[in-house]
Amino acid sequence: MIRIRDLRKSFGRQPVLRGVDLDVATGEVMIIIGRSGGGKSVLLKHLLGLLRPDAGAVLVDGTDITKVRGAALEAVRRRYGVVFQGGALFDSMSVFDNVAFPLREKTNLGAGDIAQRVEEKLGRVGLVDMGHKNPAEISGGMRKRVAIARALVTEPEIVFFDEPTTGLDPILVNTIHHLIQDLHRKFRFTAVMVSHEIPEIFEIADRVAMLHEGVIIETGDARSIQNSTNPIVQQFIHGAVEGANHAA
Amino acid sequence: MTDGSARPETWLLPARWVEALGRVTLYLVESLGRFGRFLGEAAALVFIPPLKLSRLTGRVYFIGFKSLTIVILTGAFTGMALGLQVFLTLQRVGSEAFVGPAVGIALVRELGPVLTAVFVTGLAGSALTAELGIMRITEQIDAYMVMALNPTRYLVVPAILAGIITFPMLTAIFDVTGIYGGYLVAVILLGLSPGTYFGQMHAFADMTDVMVGFWKSLCFGALVPWVCTYKGFHCGHGAEGVSRATTEAVVLSCVLILVFNYFLGSVLP
Repeated sequence: MIRIRDLRKSFGRQPVLRGVDLDVATGEVMIIIGRSGGGKSVLLKHLLGLLRPDAGAVLVDGTDITKVRGAALEAVRRRYGVVFQGGALFDSMSVFDNVAFPLREKTNLGAGDIAQRVEEKLGRVGLVDMGHKNPAEISGGMRKRVAIARALVTEPEIVFFDEPTTGLDPILVNTIHHLIQDLHRKFRFTAVMVSHEIPEIFEIADRVAMLHEGVIIETGDARSIQNSTNPIVQQFIHGAVEGANHAA
Repeated sequence: MTDGSARPETWLLPARWVEALGRVTLYLVESLGRFGRFLGEAAALVFIPPLKLSRLTGRVYFIGFKSLTIVILTGAFTGMALGLQVFLTLQRVGSEAFVGPAVGIALVRELGPVLTAVFVTGLAGSALTAELGIMRITEQIDAYMVMALNPTRYLVVPAILAGIITFPMLTAIFDVTGIYGGYLVAVILLGLSPGTYFGQMHAFADMTDVMVGFWKSLCFGALVPWVCTYKGFHCGHGAEGVSRATTEAVVLSCVLILVFNYFLGSVLP
């Protein structure tokens, strides 16, 4: 279980997170929505231990990752899989080597077992026979799917998705969402996803949290968020230009 | 025109200067601390296994082999220019016989290590910074961290070790081609006897001169990858950030090469 408590972060004099409180239950798909520049990616970086907060705590099964360093932080990260916004594939490696990399570096598996697991994961994301290609030679949608395969190859307990469908066409958006849904059903990992894809995310989310101006203003299942009486939530999910939340 | 707020602002001006000076000083001290800590972490990881040997060989190829052509070319022409100028100068006092030792000692002690380091910085160091900078802005370095892998072990340690291995070799190649460049001009073009060129060099230059050049190149071999990987690791946002980091890496490396060259030259025998 992930518990975020009164998380605060400022860059210079600009407060980005103003006291975030959020719980993510084991095995659920939690989707964090909110306007661009609202602090979603900053919040995710705190969950990954890439940023240190000014105050507050991020407890992963009781370990406050904002307080630990070195081996203790690595022990928590070993349970993670992360799909970055741009994929963050290593461009000096082939697709196969990208997916195999965490297994080669973090496990004692032999080359045969690694190849089998990589091919199995590439097959699950629909990229059979693409292992020899370089990340630069494949499309944006394929890169996202390779990133998903790499994140899941070590069969992590918690998977973070940072806007995994940004910049993709509607068909690919649905393809990726269905892929995440299928993989979640099979592997039962805890998923934390930052996304803008309304209304598609309501199909895969167990719960949705809306981050607005550095605080979580609403949390609930898809139906309760869609029926929320909060005008900021309603404006966001309907994409209205006029409303409680001023357009930038 | 003055208003009510102008008076207190004038009074506060010296305090603001002190504040700005303090801010700059703190920034410099913090940057130096980060810079030193970056090297300290890399140095510690050299002795903590596993050492990424395939990455090390890749970096030796990248820094060493890919710089060979430019080192041979610049070494030859530096030696030729040096041979020509030294010959013409010494000819005025009838001491052309000392062209060999003058070219040899200047190359081995000073020009070889410094110019090799400067050219390799321009060629491989800038590419190293740009590569790591792009990895930083595309979150590839973050990807290492969230995989519970230390990016310094994979990206910095091999580069610094490769620099320490390749810089002395490249410097030796620069020195040899430079000495033969000087030979080409002084002996073949200007008519100095080959025996005089090499005989006098043998008499005046000794192993101490070679060792001065060796220690300098070893020092630059650690310095250049250290600066270039640090700048790549800590680059700003976007293409502009990578571009600025690359420029800063080359400029800072070249300045530090010259500064260290002077101090090493003063300390070493």
